[in-house]
Amino acid sequence: MSQWSRLVGAIRGNRLNAEIDEELEAHVHDAVAAGRDPEEARRALGSRLRYREEGRDARVVVWLADLVQDLRFGGRMLLRSPGFSSLAILCLTLGIGANAAVFSWIEGILLRPYPLVVEQNRLFAVTGTDRGAPGHTDVSWPDWLDLQRHSTLIDAFVAEKITGSTLTIGDRAERASGSMVSANYFDAIGVRPLLGRGFEPGEDTGRNAHPVTVISYQMWQDRFRGDPDIIGKTQVLNGLPHTIVGVAPKDFFGTFVGYAFQFWVPASMQAQFDAGIYKLEDRGARWIEGYVRLKQGVTIQQAQAELSAVAARLEQDYPGTNRGRGIRLFPLWQTPFNNAGALLPTLGIALVVVLSVLLIACANVGNLLLVRAFARHQEMTIRLSVGAGRARLVKQLVTEGLVLSVLAAAGGLIVANWLRNALALLTPARGGVLLRLPGELDWRVLAMSATVCVAATLLFALVPAVLTSNIDLAGALRSEAGGVVGAHGRTWIRSALVLIQVSLSFVLLVGAGLLIQSMQAIRNASPGFSADGVLTTSVDLFTAGYDPQRARVFQDELIDRLQALGGVESAAFSRMTPFSYRTYSSAPIAVDGYDAPADQQPTAEYNEIGPGYLATVGIPLVSGREFTRADNESGPLTAIVDETMAAQFWRGVGPVGRRVQVKGRWMQIVGVARAAKYHNLLETPQPFFYVPLRQNFSAAAALQIRTAQRPGAIAPTLVREIHALDGNVAPGELITMREQVERTTASQRIAVTILVAFGGLAVVLAAVGLYGVMAATVSQSTRELALRLALGADTTDVLRLVLGKGLALTAIGVALGGLAAFQTTRLMGYLLYKVSPRDPSAFAAASVIVVVAALVACVVPAWRATHTDPIQALRG
Amino acid sequence: MARTDSLQGTLDLLVLKTLSRRPGLHGYALVAAIHDLSRDALRVEEGSLYPALYRMEEAGWIRAAWTTKDTGRRARVYDLTPAGRKQLAAAESRWQILTAAVNRVLRTA
Repeated sequence: MSQWSRLVGAIRGNRLNAEIDEELEAHVHDAVAAGRDPEEARRALGSRLRYREEGRDARVVVWLADLVQDLRFGGRMLLRSPGFSSLAILCLTLGIGANAAVFSWIEGILLRPYPLVVEQNRLFAVTGTDRGAPGHTDVSWPDWLDLQRHSTLIDAFVAEKITGSTLTIGDRAERASGSMVSANYFDAIGVRPLLGRGFEPGEDTGRNAHPVTVISYQMWQDRFRGDPDIIGKTQVLNGLPHTIVGVAPKDFFGTFVGYAFQFWVPASMQAQFDAGIYKLEDRGARWIEGYVRLKQGVTIQQAQAELSAVAARLEQDYPGTNRGRGIRLFPLWQTPFNNAGALLPTLGIALVVVLSVLLIACANVGNLLLVRAFARHQEMTIRLSVGAGRARLVKQLVTEGLVLSVLAAAGGLIVANWLRNALALLTPARGGVLLRLPGELDWRVLAMSATVCVAATLLFALVPAVLTSNIDLAGALRSEAGGVVGAHGRTWIRSALVLIQVSLSFVLLVGAGLLIQSMQAIRNASPGFSADGVLTTSVDLFTAGYDPQRARVFQDELIDRLQALGGVESAAFSRMTPFSYRTYSSAPIAVDGYDAPADQQPTAEYNEIGPGYLATVGIPLVSGREFTRADNESGPLTAIVDETMAAQFWRGVGPVGRRVQVKGRWMQIVGVARAAKYHNLLETPQPFFYVPLRQNFSAAAALQIRTAQRPGAIAPTLVREIHALDGNVAPGELITMREQVERTTASQRIAVTILVAFGGLAVVLAAVGLYGVMAATVSQSTRELALRLALGADTTDVLRLVLGKGLALTAIGVALGGLAAFQTTRLMGYLLYKVSPRDPSAFAAASVIVVVAALVACVVPAWRATHTDPIQALRG
Repeated sequence: MARTDSLQGTLDLLVLKTLSRRPGLHGYALVAAIHDLSRDALRVEEGSLYPALYRMEEAGWIRAAWTTKDTGRRARVYDLTPAGRKQLAAAESRWQILTAAVNRVLRTA
């Protein structure tokens, strides 16, 4: 070896190679000097290349070889005990699958809810606010335009408002959901129509000036059979032919979490879809919900500050309509005006629940692996004593765990894929509206699931692995020689794992119990009107082309006909039915003798109702009278206020006979109605009032019918009576008020379903874990039990001994779980309705279930213990 | 880490022990020394020796240095490190336990 090549070798970083060559060369030289044959001496050293690899790349090559070996070995081990493997894989599949499903829901509903919409991370939801009032409001069109004009940090303002249309088919009115949008809508969200165009600038101005529509891919396929010449044809929407200018791409469903929209119209068509009430120039009418796309690099705080400043200026410029009004931005996942906001706490809870289930599953698999690790104790001991590294053993056990969890993850993704549409299935349908609450299994969800899978492996495989590698060789070999199964002292680890399982499943059960109670409370809660014995539907005369005069006559005649029917107690029209997803009218109000704080503008929502409405829906009058047919367009303007409003503006002193100013018109108060719920069961009371439908007319109206009959029984009669008046008019979906109310409690129902399902799963998994520990304990103490039996203990003593140990574990687990639940259940927030988060009966029920499950899990090992054959056991 | 060839621990043990008695041996001398010390009973596989040496050097149990022999050739000689001494003690006691156990089995079975 020359100096030169040694130098080059050193520079190349091959110093070691050169040295190995030189050392082996020296070895051969010594051997030859000792009289050996040069060729033989060389052969004895083996391939020089091999040394090079083992010397230099030893770590990488060996590591890879070990991995392959471990994988094959792991696979063999799993195949050898199929019962163990399938139980472990099943546990993990359920755990990982549940996690992947919830991740996919969070991704598809909260984080990236709108397929094809570009850069959703810069998209934020916009709502209005009222100073001094909780919650959010919509935004008026003039305010929206002013915000747009004066902001510098925002790329685009996208206005939209969910709406519906009747597509009449035969004598059935089919509803389709759609959206009124600003003209920039498709450009701003980056969605290019599949056919035709989006809306053009200016198409959102002028009253009903641009009857054009973009239809969804599905509507194009279903109603027009994919007609390639669809552009330029017309579709009647709300009674007015609209020219179809575009077809949206296949995977675009609009920008409203929960629904798949079927058509879009420009905002200029607002009046057509709002029963003729024109709002584009009315700064007082708030109806826009929308989004802004912030400029690159702008934070939500900066944008919020700018919009608040603009809102403050509008407040100064238009005190009559804008006093106290603000603007608020929300991240998409907190959007308050669609189902994102409603599902947020449910999905948050679901995430906690599935992580707990996964922990429980991991504890179970960890326990199973421990049992097996002890069974393989001998194998491990021998391998250690012949020189296998401890790290090597740990690696092998972790690899085996990884094989398990990769298999489980594959199964889990299949489970998650099945569960993708589970939320939509749990959500009650509104007639004809396409629900869309999809899970999205994209790369982020896959990455999260992979992370969970690896974390789970470390959790369940590492503990047994470390325990095993800490085998005390001397002790192990000694006890092995004595023929006694070792590792008695380590059962505490397994007991600790069972404790974790029992306490976690206890917490989940308490949560499930609380939600069930809450659900019960919601079911029993009075909405303030009769949920039973009242049906609701809609009769849209506006769309059917009626002018107000004809519509009034039609409505009166229909009420007369219905009330003449046997079985119908009363019937009444109103513009809105309670608990609808549409918005009530709202207006700034003024009251004699009531001075609002200078920076606030009292505003209240109201419903336009027909004669006998309150009696029909079952809202009692506190004083005064209901509206009659005399409260019509020729009579004096009248109003009925609710108790909340009476208390706030007249401090409860008989408002009947006083007056209230609504949109500049003074109205005589003729009655006070008991306060009811208007949007949903959970709302906080807000002032609310009623005005006569006749004096604030809407030809598109809801119809309430008080009857003991079921919807199915009365629907044909209703259609017959309507057709007797006009064969071209069809009623909307006819449902009970009960159902109307329950449609607003979907998120509670979803939360209950998820918690009950996973709580049950958790208890089963925990019971399996407890069974495993008890069975192992019994089989390990066979000698002790045999001795006791031989010395005269009877079976009840043994039974008591084994059950006692199992129940003691359970009791500690329940105590720990109780402590944890005590601290955490209040996080369920608004999902709990009229139930204390520390409700004792939920805790009691959870305890009972856990204890019963524990008993079931302990009975078999205990029974086996009593059947120990003392002679057999002691001799063995 | 180490491959799990059976009795690989044995080779390590032999090398460490020999080096602890006779420091500064090169590879060929190690083979010869083990042969001598075992009264010709043990012949170390030369093919396994060098990988074992490199591995133990990697693990920090032994260290190597180049010296020049009388013949003018360079030789790589090996010495125990403190970590190597500790490893030797552990391996020795492990060996004792194993052989004792095996002996017990042989006696009683």
